[in-house]
Amino acid sequence: MNKDTLYVKRKRPTDMLLLAAIYISATLAVALLLGIILYVFIKGIRTVNWAFLTTVTSARKQTTGIAGNLLNTLYIIVITLLIATPIGVGSAIYLNEYAKPGKLVSIIEFTTETLSGIPSIIFGLFGMIFFGETLGFGYSLLTGSFTLTLMVLPLITRNTQEALRTVPDSYRTGALGMGSTKWHMIRTILLPSSMPGIVTGIILALGRIVGESAALLFTAGSDYKLPKFTGAFGDNLAKLAHKALESGGTLTIELYLQMQKGQYDNAFGIGCVLIIIVLILNLLTKLAANKLRRE
Amino acid sequence: MNGGTHASVMGNRKNKAVVETVAQIVFTICAFFAVLAVVSITLYMIISGTPAILKVGLGEILFGTEWMPTAADPKFGILWVILTSIVGTTLAILLGVPIGVLTAVFLAEVAPKPLAAIVKPAVELLAGIPSVIYGLLGIYLLNPLMYKLERLIFQGSTTHQFTGGANLLSAVIVLAIMILPTVINISETSIRAVPAGIKSSSLALGASHVQTIFRSILPAAKSGIVTAIVLGVGRAIGEAMAITLVSGSSVNVPLPFNSVRFLTTAIVSEMGYSSGLHRQVLFTIGLVLFVFIMIINVVLNKILKKGADDNE
Amino acid sequence: MANSKITVENLNLHYGENHALKDVNMEIADHAITAFIGPSGCGKSTFLRCLNRMNDLVDGCRVEGKVILDGEDIYDKRVDTTLLRKKVGMVFQQPNPFPMSIYDNIAYGPRLHGIKNKKELDEIVERSLQGAAIFEEVKDRLHKSALGLSGGQQQRLCIARALAVSPEVLLMDEPTSALDPISTLKIEELMETLKKKYTVVIVTHNMQQAARVSDDTAFFLVGEVVEKNATSEIFARPQDKRTEDYITGRFG
Repeated sequence: MNKDTLYVKRKRPTDMLLLAAIYISATLAVALLLGIILYVFIKGIRTVNWAFLTTVTSARKQTTGIAGNLLNTLYIIVITLLIATPIGVGSAIYLNEYAKPGKLVSIIEFTTETLSGIPSIIFGLFGMIFFGETLGFGYSLLTGSFTLTLMVLPLITRNTQEALRTVPDSYRTGALGMGSTKWHMIRTILLPSSMPGIVTGIILALGRIVGESAALLFTAGSDYKLPKFTGAFGDNLAKLAHKALESGGTLTIELYLQMQKGQYDNAFGIGCVLIIIVLILNLLTKLAANKLRRE
Repeated sequence: MNGGTHASVMGNRKNKAVVETVAQIVFTICAFFAVLAVVSITLYMIISGTPAILKVGLGEILFGTEWMPTAADPKFGILWVILTSIVGTTLAILLGVPIGVLTAVFLAEVAPKPLAAIVKPAVELLAGIPSVIYGLLGIYLLNPLMYKLERLIFQGSTTHQFTGGANLLSAVIVLAIMILPTVINISETSIRAVPAGIKSSSLALGASHVQTIFRSILPAAKSGIVTAIVLGVGRAIGEAMAITLVSGSSVNVPLPFNSVRFLTTAIVSEMGYSSGLHRQVLFTIGLVLFVFIMIINVVLNKILKKGADDNE
Repeated sequence: MANSKITVENLNLHYGENHALKDVNMEIADHAITAFIGPSGCGKSTFLRCLNRMNDLVDGCRVEGKVILDGEDIYDKRVDTTLLRKKVGMVFQQPNPFPMSIYDNIAYGPRLHGIKNKKELDEIVERSLQGAAIFEEVKDRLHKSALGLSGGQQQRLCIARALAVSPEVLLMDEPTSALDPISTLKIEELMETLKKKYTVVIVTHNMQQAARVSDDTAFFLVGEVVEKNATSEIFARPQDKRTEDYITGRFG
């Protein structure tokens, strides 16, 4: 045998060590992350039942429930998205279709980037003093929604922008060449074909809103009651509308308060509900993203 | 169109021009919304953060080590709070980043495709788990564990203040877990973006797979991994609700088994009942956090720009 | 052939269902340049990658048969592929320097194989760069990023990088197809000097290049070797009708 033989497997202790580190890390990370979901789900599902979802916690009626928080969460989702979606989409259209690359665009993109990097507690402080105190909305669902609008704006802008970028230029020139105005082209060609991207942005924003807590603690407050619905439809509607100006805690806020009080069963119950919502939103995002990729 | 439409075509054109202009203006305003938001947040943070600085003194606040906001002779030193945030974030990064990057390596390079296809969506899912849930698990599972450890380590100690497990170490572990999805996702994407030629060249030079990963693929994915780290720092330093209850409740030197306050948790726990100067100081804490975040953002922007330039 | 470096016996290669190389037998001469020509998709690059087992990395790729290098079958179970690839270097179609300094690019291989001594590395770097005829151009910027070099320089850097681990065989997969004519010329000149020390195997889709630089030429068509002979012979007196058709430009 010559000394240059290829017939010897080289031993590489460093390789083995590093490979072991890779396997250990991956196992640890995956086990931790899956463990978290499963643990909360299994521990919480026992608390979740029809009464838990449809009643309000009351010492007098001896009920424990999160109906009020569900309503508040829904409220904030709707108001936030109603404001943030048009602005976010409009902003993306400006950046992609109108603006010429230059300082201005890079400033807008930098601020959008910055906005998505600001921690929620800062949004909370700003929302509290600006919307709550300066504009006088106090602790209310409206203040909370305004605050969250700023937070989710970058998500919607960025996803819409990405979707707009995938629309081939030939669509644009084709429509414009046929005498369509730019706005008409945007409305009839661009927006429909980038719809899955916009929807992805909205669903991601939804997830962010559902999971948010620090930005809401000092803006939307922590009330957990439902409006007292009494008979007349118009009356109920007015109460529901007025709710926007009242304080209201979302699911996450209630979870926080419950664990602060040491009511872990309730906290895990809410955690379980949150995880189910996040799971559903995740599936929806996947569906929207797949649709976008196919088009 | 018939003969009489000459005027209406003109009119139509005028209408269209108006619509066009209005549309453009509306979109432009939308785009400036983000700028407006960042500018107003910056202004408001400065405006509400400075009064306390003027009253108490910058040095007193930033370098003071005594925090007695409600005492008759109140003290507003937040040095320990600042250091807690820095130390806590650093430790969380030191713990979370290696695990996250190695997991990303596993997903992109080592794992069989079907396994990676299952694990990846699970990791993405975790990025969306609300932070209060991490906090809940921290307080319910981690704190009791830490308490056991604490009793073991400080058995017979007369000087140690027992925390019941709500301490810096607990918070660090929670933060490290929370940044994992971010670090894994971004690192994995950047590892996958490394040109295939880099990998084959390295192997063709007689490198083993592991050598190739650590000597050529990871260096080539450097800017993505640094981005992941910076984002992780941003997430960790800004996190509030997950660690408010987990980290304890007293302003303290940031040692692993001390009950501590972070910049964020100080605001969350005290804003509710604070008033007057105390409240203003909390806003100063907010301003300090804001400055940290802005620095991180600028650094991130630089890295991303550089990454884009390198690819050209 | 007494001086053959590599002997290939009954080599078959499958990508899943696709039978990409069919019963290839070949002798590759030592200290000579062997060129593989043929239309794209004929298997010439795939065959080249069999010679340093780069196909091992492709999912669903199976290789049967023998590739004997200096008396040892490189597909033997006992073979350490890292040692094999150290002995059989490779240069790719796209210049692909690592995103690090010129020096670190060259030192990458030697460091892998355990050379840490700074002086020794310095020597290897200089010798390799000189071997690839690029030392004069880069000697003042050894510690600058390799990505700042032109395409032709990058490719010569990649050749230098391959030389740095002292291979015996150098496989070149269309090394000039991404380069301009002047850089191509430089690399062709370089090959002339390389064959004095190394056994060079080059895949090219450029027949003139094969005619200019190689000593032997093999013509591939749909996974088979149609003809292999001395380059002068194959271009002057092709034995097979298909070779003649290809050389005269009737297809490909």
